[in-house]
Amino acid sequence: MPKCKYDWPEAGERKLIGKRISRIDGPAKSSGKAKYTYDVNLPGMLYGKILRSPYAHAKITALDTSAAESTPGVKAVRKIQDVGKEIQWAGDEIVAVAAESEDIARDALKKIKIEFEQLPHFVNEEDLSKAGEHAKAAGGEKAGDPDKAFSDPDVVISDGYYGIATITHCCLESHGSVAEWTGPDTLKTYFSTQNVSGIPGEVGEALRQANIDVKNNNIENICQYVGGGFGSKFGADRWGIENARLAKIAGKPVKLLLERDMELEVAGARPSSYAKIKVAAKKDGTIVAWQSDSWGTGGPAGTGMPPLPYVFTGIPNKVTRHTSVSTNTGPARAWRAPNHPQAAVLTMGALEDLAAKLNMDPLEFFSKNADLAPERADVYRQELRKAAELIDWEKNWHPRGHPTPSSIKRGLGISLHTWGGRGHNSNCNVNIHPDGSVEVNLASQDLGTGTRTVINIVAAETLGLPLEAIAVNIGDTKYPSSGPSGGSTTVGGVSASTRRGCVDALDQLFAAVAPGLGVPADQLIAAGGKIQAKDDSSKSLTWKQACAKLGLKTIQVTGKNPGPCSLGSSGVGGVEIADVSVDTETGIVKINKMVCAQDCGLVIDVKTAESQCYGALIMGITYALFEQKIMDDVTGRMLNPNMEFYKLAGIGDIGELVVHMMTGPGFDERGTIGLGEPPVISPGAAISNAVANAIGVRVPTLPITPEKVLAALEKGGVA
Amino acid sequence: MKRKKQKPTEAASRKESLTRRDFLKGASAAVSSGLLITEARAASPPAGSDAVAGPGPVSITLRVNGKPHKLNLEPRVTLLDALRNHLDLTGAKKVCDRGVCGACTVIMDGKPVYACNLLAIQAEGHDIGTIEGLSQDGKLHPVMAAFVENDAQQCGFCTPGFVVACKAFLDKHPNPTFDDVEEGLGGNLCRCGTYVGVRQAVLDAAKSMKGGKANA
Repeated sequence: MPKCKYDWPEAGERKLIGKRISRIDGPAKSSGKAKYTYDVNLPGMLYGKILRSPYAHAKITALDTSAAESTPGVKAVRKIQDVGKEIQWAGDEIVAVAAESEDIARDALKKIKIEFEQLPHFVNEEDLSKAGEHAKAAGGEKAGDPDKAFSDPDVVISDGYYGIATITHCCLESHGSVAEWTGPDTLKTYFSTQNVSGIPGEVGEALRQANIDVKNNNIENICQYVGGGFGSKFGADRWGIENARLAKIAGKPVKLLLERDMELEVAGARPSSYAKIKVAAKKDGTIVAWQSDSWGTGGPAGTGMPPLPYVFTGIPNKVTRHTSVSTNTGPARAWRAPNHPQAAVLTMGALEDLAAKLNMDPLEFFSKNADLAPERADVYRQELRKAAELIDWEKNWHPRGHPTPSSIKRGLGISLHTWGGRGHNSNCNVNIHPDGSVEVNLASQDLGTGTRTVINIVAAETLGLPLEAIAVNIGDTKYPSSGPSGGSTTVGGVSASTRRGCVDALDQLFAAVAPGLGVPADQLIAAGGKIQAKDDSSKSLTWKQACAKLGLKTIQVTGKNPGPCSLGSSGVGGVEIADVSVDTETGIVKINKMVCAQDCGLVIDVKTAESQCYGALIMGITYALFEQKIMDDVTGRMLNPNMEFYKLAGIGDIGELVVHMMTGPGFDERGTIGLGEPPVISPGAAISNAVANAIGVRVPTLPITPEKVLAALEKGGVA
Repeated sequence: MKRKKQKPTEAASRKESLTRRDFLKGASAAVSSGLLITEARAASPPAGSDAVAGPGPVSITLRVNGKPHKLNLEPRVTLLDALRNHLDLTGAKKVCDRGVCGACTVIMDGKPVYACNLLAIQAEGHDIGTIEGLSQDGKLHPVMAAFVENDAQQCGFCTPGFVVACKAFLDKHPNPTFDDVEEGLGGNLCRCGTYVGVRQAVLDAAKSMKGGKANA
């Protein structure tokens, strides 16, 4: 293929790309200097709090806020929902107040007189027979002739029940914002967000609908650091809009961040997914048929079907049917790799059970059937081999049910996953100043994935400068817009816009210095802090000398994605294997080791890429073993909206973790592809399969709690 | 499961002082007549103090990172809110706000404590150290440097609490083993999943703080 102007440098020429580089904002974070939304303190700032519905389904019959309004220190009170409104989930917003301190705001909420007419609620969907009118058929697909395939006497059939409960995002920095009206019609907001560029449009539209005249271009949104999002922080949210309105009424800046209970109850939920699944294979292990009846909830709106069957989409005979269940629970939000972790748990569990029934080694079974994932069968086989090597599969695997007299049973489990990850739209403004300073500006955000660092690496690599010679500015809508960080789209977007912008800026610099050097501009290169002739290093200028030739003119260029030359692509595979021990006396599952073999095209920074995978494994261990949004049938409330009973894995819960990034020939030439989602998809399925391998019986649903392990062992297994 | 381990020092400090929850429980019964804080003051008796404070603001002096700060605070204000909202020391984060996650960890008289679990008035008379006081002359503390080098941070919201907890842990356990680290840092939670880096960062920091002599 002919070289295209913006293409990534060849492997041998890369000075920074593909190396292990520490994140550039690491010192700010580890020293506590990084300012998150929650840390923004403005002069005269007030604190916002929200009165919320204690009922999961109710109608407001009386509301009197006068006592709150007359509380000393209270500066604004706004009814968000008034008498007559029907509330669909506990925790829904009713009244917002702003006061001089958090405690005064809380006191004011207590003084609000409100009455409800309680209505029947439905909050637990696992038992579909109880869902009644809350359950609605929501589609499905059919291919081939599944009935015929299942009735073939030569096939082996496995059927079972699998599921994964609703979990919450539990961002450590809760959702919220600081809002400050800097003039009658100019607003500055500080949202904790995955979507810096998108906030002004959403806030502006909502305010104009409320007859507050403010233009989008008069709203600046700032978010330098965000304390976790995981898919839950794309929108301004009703409380974010209300905060801007409180600030308008009070004439002072207001900070409104959700308290922990509401962060868990209303600001994040990953839909549940349950399914009865039947699968069939020939005796040689070739999968021939799939049938699934799935259901789940994403709150009042229900939820769609996960992509079933997952990864092995080429199963020739298949039928899927899905039921969407609406519940009176806080609405679902995108959670890393929406619907994929659920699909993996359902699919890989059913297929691993089938392998066990066939008395096949699952490594062999999944490798054999990789052709049913036609787009990347070879990648999966490579990754299966690599992951098996890292976990020492040959030595450590045994058929289902660990044959040991000990009460501690050990097992291995595999899962495969896939994701897209194409770069989003991005605009990057590159400035090269006559004094040699360089800025790269774009209204993107760094969720902790290393976005700032990736931008810095790409700019420095392209301009032939050290990392510290470049100022990377993100997180502010005064810079050109860049896409929201979701779906693993950021690295592809920002690396491409930065690359194109820097290449174009460099062209202008070459043009400015070419006459003086007596070298045609297209024969110049930037490397090692110099501009020099490609074939004659004696004809060179230092970066500073070169920039001085600009006189008074700053080079200003905007690079875009999408744009010319292909710098990225879409579609990755990954394989993860878990090694667990199960105490059959207590039911406690312990992670011994997990391995992850993952491709994502050209890796810009190996260090932060690996961190994405380590983090994904740990988040996966957490949802496999600990996490569940537990809803109470009687009150309709979440029973564990706090961090002692909504459990996250601790530092002692994770075992040994090994990450292998698939790089080099065959991967690098695909360009950048996102990595935020893929590695978090498989851990739950791999751990579930490992537990089944250890104890000889499937624990049907995640989280795999001690109680569920013991219940499964009551029915069979090797305790 | 190995979680929910309390830092040993944390347990000790809880015995000495009234917890926030106990305090608030008492407060609901006594709000009109002012608050009995005898027990709290017993842990930190400033000279000539009254047995009753509040419910309105009281004048206190907090000694933070070696400097005294005079504040006028309601007795119900937590140490964490005092630091964040009144002194603009925002390194300690508010996350669980009830003594579980460790994001608000500060050092009181050499011991790590959860700042959300103490009232500001309980901290009067004690030496409070925050993340902001750990860097000196603009240089990263060895624990911070080890966090950067091992990428023991993603979103970074748990990081300052972790760094402070690690520093206090290493002060007490200068030669930690891998198991010691898992045990000793069990009081801090991370959502992004940075524990692999944290484990190594603590071991590396132990070495660098002792000039490479640790047995890790």
